[in-house]
Amino acid sequence: MTSILTNLFDGVAYGMLLFVLACGLAVTLGLMNFVNLAHGAFAMAGGYVCMLLVNQHGWPFFAALPLAFVSSALIGIVLERTLYRHLYARSHLDQVLFTIGLTFMSVAAVDYIQGSSRVFINLPAALQGQFDLFGVGIGRYRLMIIVICGLLTIGLQMVLAKTRFGSRLRAAVDDPRAASGLGINVPQVFAFTFAFGCGLAGLGGALSAEILGLDPYFPLKFMIYFLIVVTVGGSSSITGPFLASLLLGIGDVAGKYYVPKMGPFVIYTMMIVILIWRPNGLFGRTAAR
Amino acid sequence: MNASSDVGFHAQRQARWHYGEAAFWLVVLACGFLFPTRYLIMTDIMRLALFAMSLDLILGYAGIVSLGHAAFFGVGAYAAGLLALHGIINEPVLALIVAGLAAMVLGFATSFLVIRGVDLTRLMVTLGIALLLEALAERFSNITGGTDGLQGIEMQPIFGEIPFDMFGKAGFFYSLAVLFVLFLLARRIVHSPFGLSLRAIKNNPLRAAAIGIPVNRRLIAIYTLAAFYAGIAGALFTQTTAIASLDVFAFDRSADLMLVLVIGGTGYLYGGLIGAVIFRMLQEVFSTITPQYWQFWIGLVLVVIVLVGRQRLHYGVLFLPNLVIKQIAGRKAVVTVPESDA
Repeated sequence: MTSILTNLFDGVAYGMLLFVLACGLAVTLGLMNFVNLAHGAFAMAGGYVCMLLVNQHGWPFFAALPLAFVSSALIGIVLERTLYRHLYARSHLDQVLFTIGLTFMSVAAVDYIQGSSRVFINLPAALQGQFDLFGVGIGRYRLMIIVICGLLTIGLQMVLAKTRFGSRLRAAVDDPRAASGLGINVPQVFAFTFAFGCGLAGLGGALSAEILGLDPYFPLKFMIYFLIVVTVGGSSSITGPFLASLLLGIGDVAGKYYVPKMGPFVIYTMMIVILIWRPNGLFGRTAAR
Repeated sequence: MNASSDVGFHAQRQARWHYGEAAFWLVVLACGFLFPTRYLIMTDIMRLALFAMSLDLILGYAGIVSLGHAAFFGVGAYAAGLLALHGIINEPVLALIVAGLAAMVLGFATSFLVIRGVDLTRLMVTLGIALLLEALAERFSNITGGTDGLQGIEMQPIFGEIPFDMFGKAGFFYSLAVLFVLFLLARRIVHSPFGLSLRAIKNNPLRAAAIGIPVNRRLIAIYTLAAFYAGIAGALFTQTTAIASLDVFAFDRSADLMLVLVIGGTGYLYGGLIGAVIFRMLQEVFSTITPQYWQFWIGLVLVVIVLVGRQRLHYGVLFLPNLVIKQIAGRKAVVTVPESDA
C-alpha cells in the first residue's frame, strides 16, 4: 500500500516537472500553430546554466534557479525575434525541419563545450534524502518540485484567468485574426509568451537535472515526452497539458516500477491509443483549425 | 479537344522518359565502373536513395509528414537479418522481397493510425511507432540480439550464382539493380491515374474527396507501398553490411532522411537520389573536419535551407543546368522544380 502511495507521489512530482517543461510548447502550438521540436534545447540551456552557477561559481541552488529561467527566456526571445518569427506562416514540414536542425546544433554545441557525460548539480543538504509521512517515503527534492511546480501552475492559471494579459493571450489563442482585429498586438503577445515558455522550460531543465538526468542529448531524449504532453493534453488551455503531464508522469513511474521489462512501452502505447481515440487530444477542441 | 483527353495528353507528356533521365542512370552505372575503390560508400548511397524515395512517395506525393519512417527500415533490416541468420530463406532476392512484405504488413496496419488526425498527430504517431519498435527490439533481445544487434549473418550468393565479395562490388550492383527496378515501379505508379489522384489529395484533401477520390483508401495504399520500399531499403542494409543493430530504428535516421529529401527536393522521385549523394558527401566532409560534432553542421545546413526557403534554393541550384539545356536543346527545362509542397 505504501509503495503505491510513494509511487504516486513520485509520479506526481515527475508529472509536475513535465508540465513546467512542456507548457511553453503548448502555448507555441496553440497560439501560433508552430511545431517547435527544439523546445528541449531551451530546457537544457537552463539546466546547464544552473549547473555552471552552482558547481563552478558556488551560487546557492535557489539563487541559480531564477537565473536558469532568465537565461533561457533571453535565449528564447532572441531566437524568436531573429529566426522563429519568419517561420510562423510556413508549412509544418518546414517548421519541423528547422527545429530539428536547431536541436542537432544545440546537442553538438553543448557536447563540444561541456562534454557528453551526464552532469549533476550539487544540491544543498536540506534537499537530500527522504522522510516518512504516515509510513509513506517522501523524497525532499521531489516534495520541493511539487511545491514549486504547484505554485507555478496556480500562478499561471491566475495570470491566464484574471489578468488583462491573460485575456489577451486567450483571445489570441482562440482566434488570432479576430484578436488582432480587436487591436491586440498578437505578435507581441506571442513573443512575450514564447520567452516566458522558454524560461519555464529552462527552470524545468534545472529542476530536472536530478530526476531526469542532464546531458547533451536531453533535447532529443525528452522531445517525445513534451510532444506527448501537448498532443494528449490539447493546446487550448493549460489544464489539458497539466492533466496530461500528471497522467504521463504517474503512468511512466508506475510502468517502470510494476512492469520494468516493458520499459517505455507503457507510455508510447498509451499515447497511440489516446491519439486514435481522440486525435485532437484528450482535452482538445474537437474542431480542427 | 475535350477536358479529359487534354488531361491525359499532359499526363502522358509528363510521364515520357527524358534524355536527362537516361543520362542520369548511365552516369550512375558508370560510377560503378569508374570508382572501384569506393563501392562501400556508393552502396550506402544507393540504400539511402531507396529509403529517401520511399519517404518521397508519402511526403512528396501524398503530403504525409512522417518522423518515424525508420520503423519500416528497421523491420526490413531485422527481417532480412533473421531470415539469413536462421537460414529460413537463403536466397537474398527472395529474402529481400519477404522482408519488404513484412514491413508492408506493418505499414498497412499502422496506416489506419496515420491517416487520422492532422499533421501534428501524424508526426507524433509515426514517431511513437518507431520508438515503440525500438523499445520492442530492445526488450526481445533474445530474438534481436538487443544492443549488440544481430551478428554472424552470412549471406548466400545472389540467385545462387553471384557471391557477395569483400570489396562490395556485388553488393553495389545488387543494390543498384534493386534501386533501379523499384524506381521504375515508383515512376510508373506516380504517373498513373492513381499517382495523379494522390497529388490531388495532397493539394487539397477536401476538394479531392469532392471530385470522388476515395482519400483514405488512397492514403492507406501509398503508405503501405512506401513501407514496402523502406523495408526493402532496410533489408538491403542488412544484406550488404551483414549486421542489424538497434540504431536502424533511431530517430536520427528518420531525421537524416528528411534532410536528404529536403536537399534533393520532393515530388519528382529524383530528389531522394540526388539528395542521398549530396547528403553523404556533406557528411563525409563534416566528419573529416570535426569527427565528433558533425551533427552541428548537419543541423546548420537544415536551418539554413529552411530559412533561405526550399523553393528558392532549388531554383538557384537548377538555374545553370536548365540554362545549359535550354541553349543546347533549345527547349524548356528538363530538370523540373517540384511543385509547392506546403
